[in-house]
Amino acid sequence: MAAIVQAVELTKQVLSGDQPLTILHHASFAVEAGESLAILGASGSGKSTLLGLLAGLDVPSSGSVLLNGMDLFALDEDGRARLRGELAGFVFQSFQLLPALSALENVMLPLELRGAADAYARAEVSLRQVGLSARVHHLPKHLSGGEQQRVALARAFVTQPKILFADEPTGNLDAATGSQIIELMLELNRAQGTTLILVTHDEALARRCRKQLRLVAGRVE
Amino acid sequence: MNLLRLSLNLLRRDWRAGEWRVLLLALVLAVGSLATVGLFADRVRQALQQEATSLIGADLRITSTRPLPSVYRNSAQARGLQTVESRSFLSMVSFREQTLLSEIQAVEAGYPLRGKIVIDPPSPPAPLPLAGEGSSGGIPAPGTVWADDRLLRRLEVRVGDEVNIGTQRFVVAARIVKDIDQSVGFSSFAPRVLMNVQDLAATGLQQEGSRITYRLMVAGEAAQVAALRDELKAKLSGNERLEDVRDARPEIRSALERAEHFLGLAALTAAILAGAAILLAARRFVQRHLDTCAVMRCLGAQQGQVLRLFLYQFLMLGLFAVLLGCALGYATQAVLISFVEVMRDSALPQPGVLPAIKAAASGFALLLGFAFLPLLQLRKVSPLRVLRRELGAPQPNILLAYGLAVLVLAALFLWHAGSLELGFAVLAGLLAGLAVFGGLAWLILRGLVLRGLGRYVPDLASHWRHALNNLVRHVRNNALQVVALALGGMALLLLTLVRGDLLQGWQDKLPPDAPNRFVVNIQPDQMQPVLDFFARERLPPPQLQPMVRGRLVAINDIPVNGDSYPEPRARGLVEREFNLSYMERMPEWNELVQGEWWQVRGLRTEDGGLNGGELSVEEGIARTLGIYLGDMLTYDVGATPFTARVTSLRKVQWDSMRANFFVIATPELLSDFPASYLTSFYLPPDKVRAGDALAREFPNVLVIDTGAIIAQVRHIMDQITQVMGAVFLFTLLSGFAVLYAALLATQDERTFEAAVLRTLGADGRYLRRLHLAEFTVLGGLSGLFAAAGAVLLGWVLARFVLEIPYQSSAVIWPIGVLGGIATVALAGWLGTRRLSVLPPLAILRE
Repeated sequence: MAAIVQAVELTKQVLSGDQPLTILHHASFAVEAGESLAILGASGSGKSTLLGLLAGLDVPSSGSVLLNGMDLFALDEDGRARLRGELAGFVFQSFQLLPALSALENVMLPLELRGAADAYARAEVSLRQVGLSARVHHLPKHLSGGEQQRVALARAFVTQPKILFADEPTGNLDAATGSQIIELMLELNRAQGTTLILVTHDEALARRCRKQLRLVAGRVE
Repeated sequence: MNLLRLSLNLLRRDWRAGEWRVLLLALVLAVGSLATVGLFADRVRQALQQEATSLIGADLRITSTRPLPSVYRNSAQARGLQTVESRSFLSMVSFREQTLLSEIQAVEAGYPLRGKIVIDPPSPPAPLPLAGEGSSGGIPAPGTVWADDRLLRRLEVRVGDEVNIGTQRFVVAARIVKDIDQSVGFSSFAPRVLMNVQDLAATGLQQEGSRITYRLMVAGEAAQVAALRDELKAKLSGNERLEDVRDARPEIRSALERAEHFLGLAALTAAILAGAAILLAARRFVQRHLDTCAVMRCLGAQQGQVLRLFLYQFLMLGLFAVLLGCALGYATQAVLISFVEVMRDSALPQPGVLPAIKAAASGFALLLGFAFLPLLQLRKVSPLRVLRRELGAPQPNILLAYGLAVLVLAALFLWHAGSLELGFAVLAGLLAGLAVFGGLAWLILRGLVLRGLGRYVPDLASHWRHALNNLVRHVRNNALQVVALALGGMALLLLTLVRGDLLQGWQDKLPPDAPNRFVVNIQPDQMQPVLDFFARERLPPPQLQPMVRGRLVAINDIPVNGDSYPEPRARGLVEREFNLSYMERMPEWNELVQGEWWQVRGLRTEDGGLNGGELSVEEGIARTLGIYLGDMLTYDVGATPFTARVTSLRKVQWDSMRANFFVIATPELLSDFPASYLTSFYLPPDKVRAGDALAREFPNVLVIDTGAIIAQVRHIMDQITQVMGAVFLFTLLSGFAVLYAALLATQDERTFEAAVLRTLGADGRYLRRLHLAEFTVLGGLSGLFAAAGAVLLGWVLARFVLEIPYQSSAVIWPIGVLGGIATVALAGWLGTRRLSVLPPLAILRE
């Protein structure tokens, strides 16, 4: 099977005061379509930096990322955004729902950005899949943390992405709610054959992914 | 398009969440105030114009000492304009044994085209039928005349008596109560008599060589009048003059121009304030939408899409706000007009759409000029912000952002102020003021004062220490907030305290005892008897000024005559004799603009020759005739020429109602020439007969009544004063909008901080005190700057627009500071009081 995500010698340096600080050292790995990869590591090990680079949210100091065979950093900012829109879904620790939009409107948003005519119907279906049919018109602030993350999952899967990037999706949730969210996410992942790239420091959660990648001080172990 | 629909959806959703309120409020107020000021000013102009045109009885007047060619009248009629002709001349009117030199005006039906002659009794016997729209209450019937008070008093004539004019007898059918169409100048010194033109031939007065002034009066649609004016300008011969109300009345022109400038400035103030409110609101909007943009970018939105998405929203909101603002403008000006008595009674036509379009365009310009660059910032939000919230807003290109805002303001200023000079002056002053105040606020907050206080005053209460630290930490935002608050406060102070001083000062220019009589042609041997007459009548001794008549014949030894100037006005000035005067000191109602006033050196040099003479020229006439400082002018006085250097240029207040001279010379230059004397004085209403007695006792002396003009100018001033108050109400509201936007600008940050502090154990009382301490410093500083700004702007307005001396009252400083503290603390308390009551989690979840 061909790699859908491939990192080649990915390095990220930032300036800390006057000194360059390397937060990711020459990371190289590949993830095949339909696989799941957990990126593990302690706080500050560079997990989120790596995820940001893989999704093209940030640019590396050197190295490259191939998404579905395309060199992400050969594209400009808009090209990367377009590619994300076509390929990727996201789930974040802090949910990142737009506060002014209802649950349904939040889920419609990526479809609307693509100009989909049936955004409303598809968003409704997606919310039904995450068990929130009864709360489609609620604003995020009127939903519990678990419910907000379900809306985020619905939003991530509504475009049927090839890759799902998840950044500590249970980090803001209690254990029980967190495990419900994980079950739901993995189930949707299986059902849609999505490739999952998950950042976590939860070993148990990481073990449920097919591959694990451990970062220590910015280096892949 | 989908993006447009998505924009509309987002707008609707953000609207629901209250995100657009401040921006909408600022924009509606901006457009509303501009539209109100524009529409209102338009109608004020119409009202004033209407009022003013009644003074010359027409919109335009062509005057000549020879019969006017019929082509002028045909031209005017071809343009659909109304026309009427009149002839006036000086003649003796006799009654019983007495005669009096009077100005007879023979008029035809339809006269006057503008305004109305009020007569007593109101319906004279058998008037002629009226002609044309908006015309008078008729003209004297053939065989009758109407005469003014002066004639009736001096000849002791009563309505119904018969008087002789020329070879004809006329019945005095009515007394003229309110006259129009008087020209102010030395030709209209005499009492006025109005007769029907049909009687003119019978009087035998219109003969070859008679000195008759012919006038063609024109009125009608403004554009056609202007076109006719342009057409005739080129055709006029040397003895023909074109006058509209501005030419005919320097006093009224001054008042009108000041009114227009003042109203223009009111609009500008509103525009500046609206711009500031929009800028603050847009900044807040951008801050609150950083996450939204980051998420959208993450979900695949391209930069252009993000920009368009928000731009469409801004434009849709703009359209809504502009419509709302225009509607508000229309409604408000209608209400204002119903409040201003003279305008309500003027039956003005409805305002045009042009001011509304202008306001709408200005609203969009303000919105884009002030909000577009903050929006560009949103385009550049990094999608990485979804993972790393600590990433702030992308740094805007400050130079570009403020450059664009300044450019938009500059364009609006020029557009609304209608004067490049005024627009640039106000803009430059404003920018300099903002920069200075911003810098000062930054320095003060930065630590020169506050940091020192926080650190080195040991007994400072902890909430004060905390507040000072907060102020220092967010110095940039706080300095900006102080400037914004000061801007709002300045507008409020200017409109409440300074406005009164200014308008009072302006009205004081024309005090109740402003001169209302001119006395000319006093001969040297009559000086003492005239002074004695004043003493006898218990009138203050008049200041007699010498007047020598001379013709300008050369500038720098180059001969000049009518042919030297293409412009009719300049030609006319050179062709007639000037009234020259000489004096030691410059009249206090004149102002030196270039050069120096002379020192008195005595009349003769030691060897008996004339001490070098000097001339001071009025700047307007200097410009018209191309005279510069240092030029040598040669005048011909009764065939004796003299040459002297121009050593100063003066600005003359034509609305001072005093004797003004185009050219003043040093005494040594003119004192040997034959001179007559003139003066102006205030004649109280109860001493009107003294004026008549003066004219009787010195038959050659001309006593000119300028009371009517004074009343007219004062009336215009009164109207404008009423209008100002009403128009500034909007500017006041805009000032409040800025205050509101400035306080909201830091609301989110304050909210978050309060929640964290609550979590860390701060109680409600501590938070309240903390906020109060911060708001006290911000309010006090901004109040101080607001007072300084208002005093400065008041001075600029007084000096350059109203041309009056300005003294600010010291009370503005404590009111500014205390008012600033009170307003900001109250508004701040209202905005933050809920933070000390709600549980922190509830605040954070919002």
